[in-house]
Amino acid sequence: MNKIFETPLYGYDRSPDQDAPSPVRHKVIVIGAGPIGLAAAIDLAQKGVDVVVLDDNDKVSFGSRAICFAQRTLDIADRLGGGRPMVDKGVQWNVGKVFFDNREVYSFDLQPDAGYANPAFINLQQYYLEQFLVDRARALQAQGAPLEIRGRNKVEAIGTHDDHVKLEVETPEGSYTVEADWLIACDGANSPTRRMLGLDFVGRVFEDNFLIADVIMDADFPSERWFWFDPPFNRGQSALLHKQPDNVWRIDLQLGWDIDKEREQRPENVIPRLKAMLGEDIQFDLEWVSIYTFQCRRMENFRHGRVLFAGDSAHQVSPFGARGANSGIQDTDNLCWKLKLVIDGQAPDSLLDSYNSERIQGADENILNSTRSTEFITPKSPMSRILRDAVLDLSEHYDFARPLVNSGRLSVPCTYDGSPLNSADALNGPAGTRPGSACPDAPLGDGFLLPGLADKFTLLTIDADGPDRIEEDGIEVTRLALSVKDDPTQELKRRYLGDATSAVYLIRPDQHVAARRDSYEDNAFRQAIRRATGKE
Amino acid sequence: MADLILSPNLENADDFYADLLAAHDGLEKAGSDALNARLVLVLANHIGDNAVLAQAIKAAALTGE
Repeated sequence: MNKIFETPLYGYDRSPDQDAPSPVRHKVIVIGAGPIGLAAAIDLAQKGVDVVVLDDNDKVSFGSRAICFAQRTLDIADRLGGGRPMVDKGVQWNVGKVFFDNREVYSFDLQPDAGYANPAFINLQQYYLEQFLVDRARALQAQGAPLEIRGRNKVEAIGTHDDHVKLEVETPEGSYTVEADWLIACDGANSPTRRMLGLDFVGRVFEDNFLIADVIMDADFPSERWFWFDPPFNRGQSALLHKQPDNVWRIDLQLGWDIDKEREQRPENVIPRLKAMLGEDIQFDLEWVSIYTFQCRRMENFRHGRVLFAGDSAHQVSPFGARGANSGIQDTDNLCWKLKLVIDGQAPDSLLDSYNSERIQGADENILNSTRSTEFITPKSPMSRILRDAVLDLSEHYDFARPLVNSGRLSVPCTYDGSPLNSADALNGPAGTRPGSACPDAPLGDGFLLPGLADKFTLLTIDADGPDRIEEDGIEVTRLALSVKDDPTQELKRRYLGDATSAVYLIRPDQHVAARRDSYEDNAFRQAIRRATGKE
Repeated sequence: MADLILSPNLENADDFYADLLAAHDGLEKAGSDALNARLVLVLANHIGDNAVLAQAIKAAALTGE
């Protein structure tokens, strides 16, 4: 057994709040110390916001769970100060192979595009991500940041009020009451917060079961993603083999809906399945086995007054495309700068409604993509299966059918088209940087663009004039002045100018584009700043 | 003579595939088969060129290697 599962990461420690004569009020309480809750807490603490994380456990989550982290997540982790260890530890892969029945139908090589600091994605066990985020939280605490993680603090009741929430918290030494101006619920797909508040969790339901096994083996399988449709060792179902760090391989075997979960998890039933897949003479150890049941659904609203839901507590998708943890990290990326402005009185409370609308747009996009992948992998009607098999047969012979093969469309950041925070596009520029887009990275000599765009509003000028600093109703915007000459590889020009010869971008603290024009125009940009902060 | 396009050419493969599946939603096997047959004929008329259509028939048979 891997020691990381055994060691308390944030053990119980009595808090002065438990001995206070009346309930202590914090700015923000986060429920859940998984990747999403920790990301939220780090983001807020970095901004100087007092935040307390409550978790009913005190260790990393058990088993590999989320294993594929996309470029946008790594970019956000960089902003949070935790991206480097992820990339250093993670496994990078480029080659994918698709098998159908008993044969390989094609392989593809995802040569990464040049000009990004981070790879397109890495494979990394969720427990390493949690470990790195806790390390980062500890480093912030050492610098005096107002961040606390309280292990074995289980929230038993929640009272919601117009201007605060009140929590009853159970600990090994009894219960106590604590209050917060804002509550962020990151307590997972079975969110006790959602249940205690009696909130819905509806939508398109799709149910299936997957046997997930982490296998340790010194096999010489390459660092590739292998996906099987209807293989001889798992008839009528799918299978996935993917490499993680430390010689751990992730194996997903689809089992269908109507199964006996307890029976399927027993080693005497799991091991023969794995031998049939890997070969009789491959030596392996089982590190972790779980049966994973998924549904595609979301809450109708992610904001309920002073309570904000993020990650799996707000939305659940099928695992195809790695859209669970990756989208949760995008939730907190979207939320924390808005919450900071509202707490500081620099933006109206209604700015938080845009968290609801923008991230619902993201969740719907993820649900659509993962539902389509699910339908391709598990056709639900005979004709759907005939068409799916036709695509796979054709893909063995012709390139054209390969874009139709869908074993998961990898998580990409949502572009918030139509967001109330966007100003109308006033640049004849590339579609990939239109208002609402997450800024793509670009090389700048020895460094990269994105670190210069973090945690504040930025006026990015490319071969254009503009003021070094703008202040509009308390919101400060600082300029980053660049020229296409700063990037000899021309990616900056390709990604931000296209056919235009100059551009001025207003970029939000979460690195999404709020507005763009070909030149600086004071009134237009001041209005754009007001729009981007919920004041128009 | 025009050549049959066998490289990726769909503007949005996932949207097309979802539309195709949606058209079959709720149909029995016979209804689905008939829909596919009509769709082949509609697309053939759009292509028009008999030489291209002959190549397409051969490609779909998976015997033209």
